[in-house]
Amino acid sequence: MSSPRTATSPRRCCRRLLAALGVGLLVAGCRPEAVGPQSPTIARIRQRGRLICAVDGAVPGFSTVASSGRYEGIDADFCRAVAAALLGDPEKVDFRPVTPAERFVALNSGEVDLLSISSTHTLSRDAAGGNALSFGPTFFHDGQGVMVPAASGVRRLADLAGKPICVESGTNTELNLADRMRELGLPYQPLRFQSGEQAYPAYEQGRCAAITSDRSLLAGKRTGFRNPSAHVLLPELLSKEPSAKVTVQGDPVWADAIRWITYALFQAEESGLTRATVAARVAEARARPEQAELRRLLGVEGDLGRQLGLPNDFVVRVVKAVGSYGELFDRHVGPATPLALDRGPNRLWTRGGLHFAPPFR
Amino acid sequence: MQSLIRRLRSELFATPADAVISIALFTILAAAAAGFLHWALRQAEWAVVQVNSTLFAVGRYPIEQQWRLWLLTTLLAAATGATWGMLRAHPRRDRSGQLWPRNDRLAVAVLIAASLWVPFALGLTPAIQLRWWLLTALLVAARWLAGRFGAGLPPALKRLLPIVWPVLYLVGMVLIGGGIGLARVAPAEWGGLLLTLLASSFAILLCLPIGVLLALGRRSDLPLLRWGSVLYIEFIRGAPLITLLFLGQNILGFLLPGGLAPDRVWRAAWVLTFFAAAYLAEAVRSGLAAVPRGQLEAARSLGLSSAQALRLVVLPQALRVALPAMVGQFISLLQDTTLLSLIGLLDLLGVARSVMANPAFLGKNAEVYLTLAILFWCCCAALGLGSRALERRLDPHAVPSRV
Repeated sequence: MSSPRTATSPRRCCRRLLAALGVGLLVAGCRPEAVGPQSPTIARIRQRGRLICAVDGAVPGFSTVASSGRYEGIDADFCRAVAAALLGDPEKVDFRPVTPAERFVALNSGEVDLLSISSTHTLSRDAAGGNALSFGPTFFHDGQGVMVPAASGVRRLADLAGKPICVESGTNTELNLADRMRELGLPYQPLRFQSGEQAYPAYEQGRCAAITSDRSLLAGKRTGFRNPSAHVLLPELLSKEPSAKVTVQGDPVWADAIRWITYALFQAEESGLTRATVAARVAEARARPEQAELRRLLGVEGDLGRQLGLPNDFVVRVVKAVGSYGELFDRHVGPATPLALDRGPNRLWTRGGLHFAPPFR
Repeated sequence: MQSLIRRLRSELFATPADAVISIALFTILAAAAAGFLHWALRQAEWAVVQVNSTLFAVGRYPIEQQWRLWLLTTLLAAATGATWGMLRAHPRRDRSGQLWPRNDRLAVAVLIAASLWVPFALGLTPAIQLRWWLLTALLVAARWLAGRFGAGLPPALKRLLPIVWPVLYLVGMVLIGGGIGLARVAPAEWGGLLLTLLASSFAILLCLPIGVLLALGRRSDLPLLRWGSVLYIEFIRGAPLITLLFLGQNILGFLLPGGLAPDRVWRAAWVLTFFAAAYLAEAVRSGLAAVPRGQLEAARSLGLSSAQALRLVVLPQALRVALPAMVGQFISLLQDTTLLSLIGLLDLLGVARSVMANPAFLGKNAEVYLTLAILFWCCCAALGLGSRALERRLDPHAVPSRV
C-alpha cells in the first residue's frame, strides 16, 4: 500500500517546528496544501484501520446479508469501494445495520463514518438549519412509481381514474399520490394500509387496481409475487427520490473524498474501466505518456488523489474492488438479477441518463 | 378403545346440537390443517431456511471461530444432562423418586427425534449432522451417568455443582466474545438465535437481583429509597421499550466521548435489563405483599437479624408466590428482544428481515416467519416448562406425583 500521505520533507519540517516550538497549532503554518488535507474522519478511520459504514441491511439489491453472512448489494459495495480507496483493502469495513429512523443520529454522534443507505437528498436534510448533513452526488435516481397488473390495460396514470389504489398510510408516498392526482384532476380511491406487508398482498389479490411506492421497492416486491411478469410499472414518476451517500457537514474533506469516489465509479464506466480490465489499462497508461487524461485518472501522473486526502491511485483501487457503476448496477439490481431494474435515469449522461462526473483534473 | 368412544360421545356428541357444533368445528380445523399442510409440504420453498440456517443460528459470526460455539454447545449439553440427572438422583417431595419417570423418557425421545430430523431436514452436511447426534448422545449420556451415580458423589463435590452454571455462563461469554488468548469477535458480528438468547439470558439474569432490590426499596421505610424506587419503576413503566432502546443507542453516543460508550449490543442488553427490572420489581412486590407480616415478626422474635429474616424467611416465600408472574415477565422479555431488530441489530428478527430482503429469497416471508415462530415457541416453551418444574419443586404442599 503506497503511503497516502505526502512526501516526507514538509512533514519533517513540521516535526522540527513542533519540536522546536512545542505547539501543535503551528502545523497549520506549514503549507497545509503540501501536508494534504486534514480530516478528522479520515484520521479516525486510518487510526482504526477499518471503515464503519452504515447500511440498511434489508433492502433488496442495495444491502442484504447473504447466506454466508457477507453484506451484499450496491450500498454495501460502495462501502467496500471507500475502504479500498482509503485503506487499500475492500474488506476492511465494519458494516453497521442502521434503521432509517436513526441513521442521521448515528452519523452525527460519530458512531458511523458514512451512511451508505438510500437517503433522499432534500433541501432540509442538507441545510445547516435542517439536518445539517453533507450529501454526495446522487448515487441512485429513484422515484415514486405505480405498478399495475399488465392485463388490466392501464397504461398511464390517467387510466386509473376512479379506481382504488393501494398505498401505505402516513407516508410521503401517500402525499405524493394525492398531490399528483389532484394536479391531474383525477378522482381515485386510496386504499390505505399500515405497512407494506399488508399492502402488497392486498394488491396481489386484486383489491386495488394499482399500488404505488418507490420504483426500486416496487420492482423488489414484484419478484416475490406469484407471477412477477404479470405486473408492470407505469412510465410516470410521481416524485423524484435522488438518493446519495451522506457524511457529516463538519468534515468537508471527507465529504469531498466520498463525492469523488462516487464520481470515480461514474467516470470508470465512462472511460470503459472494468474490474477485469483496469490492471491492463494502468499498464497501458504507464506505457503511453500521451494519454494524459487516463494517466491522471489512474493516478499515474499528477496528484489528484493526494489532493483529496486519498492515495493517488484511488480510482484504480475502487474499480479493482467493486468495478464501475455499470458493473455495480448490473451485478446487484440490473436486468440479470431477480430485481430486474431498468437503468433508466441511472444511465451515464452519454447514454441519456443523469450520471455525470465532472472532469478529473 | 370402548371407553374412548364413550368419552367422545359424552363430551362431543351428547346432544344433536353438540354433534353439529363438533362436526362443524372439526371440519374447519381439518380444512385449516389440510390447507396448512398442503402449503408447508407442497408450495412452501424451504430452501430459504436451509441455505440460511447458519445465519439464523449465529448471524455473521466468523466461520473460522465457530468452533468456539460448538465447544460452548458441548459444554451446555453436558451440563444440562448432568444437572437433569442430579435432580432426578435427588428426589424431593414432589417426586416419586423414579430415576426415569415417564416425562423424562418422553423428553429424551423427543430430543433424539429432533436431533435426527432437524439437521437432516435443514440439509446440513453429514459432518454437522453427526455433531448434533453426538451432542444429543452426550446430553443423554450425562443424564444417565448423573442419574446413576449422582447420589453417591461426596457431599463436598455436590455443594460445588450449582456453581457450574454461573461459571459456564462466564466461560460462554469468553468463548463467544473472545479474550484470554482467543481472537476477539466483536458483538456487531453476533446475531441470530445466538444474539437473541444472549441478550435475553443476560437481561433475565441481571434483572432478577435489580428487580428484587427495587421491590424491597419500594417497600422500604426510608423515604429516599422508597421514592427513588417508585420514581424509577414508574418512569420505566411509563416509557415504551422501543423509546428506551433508541435512547440507549443514540443518546449515549452523544453523552460519552467516542469509544467510551459500550458497544451497541451491550447498550441494548442493559436497556433490556433495566426495563425488565422495573416490571419484575412489581411482580416481586406482589410476592412480598403476599407474605403475612407475622412471618417477619416471628423470624425477628426468633433472633434473626432483618437481613437474615428477609433472606431466609420472607424472600423465599415471596419469590415462590411471584414465580409465575416473573416467568411471564421473562417470556415477554425474550420476545421483546425482537425489538433489537428495529435498532438495527441482527437478532433473530433482524436476520430474518435481511434474509427476506435478499434478492435470491424475495417473497419467502411466510417460510421465514413460520421458522421464527417455531424457534420462539421452543424457547418460550422451554422457559415455561422449566418454571412449572421449579414451581412444583418449590411447592411445600406438593403431593408426590406419578410423572
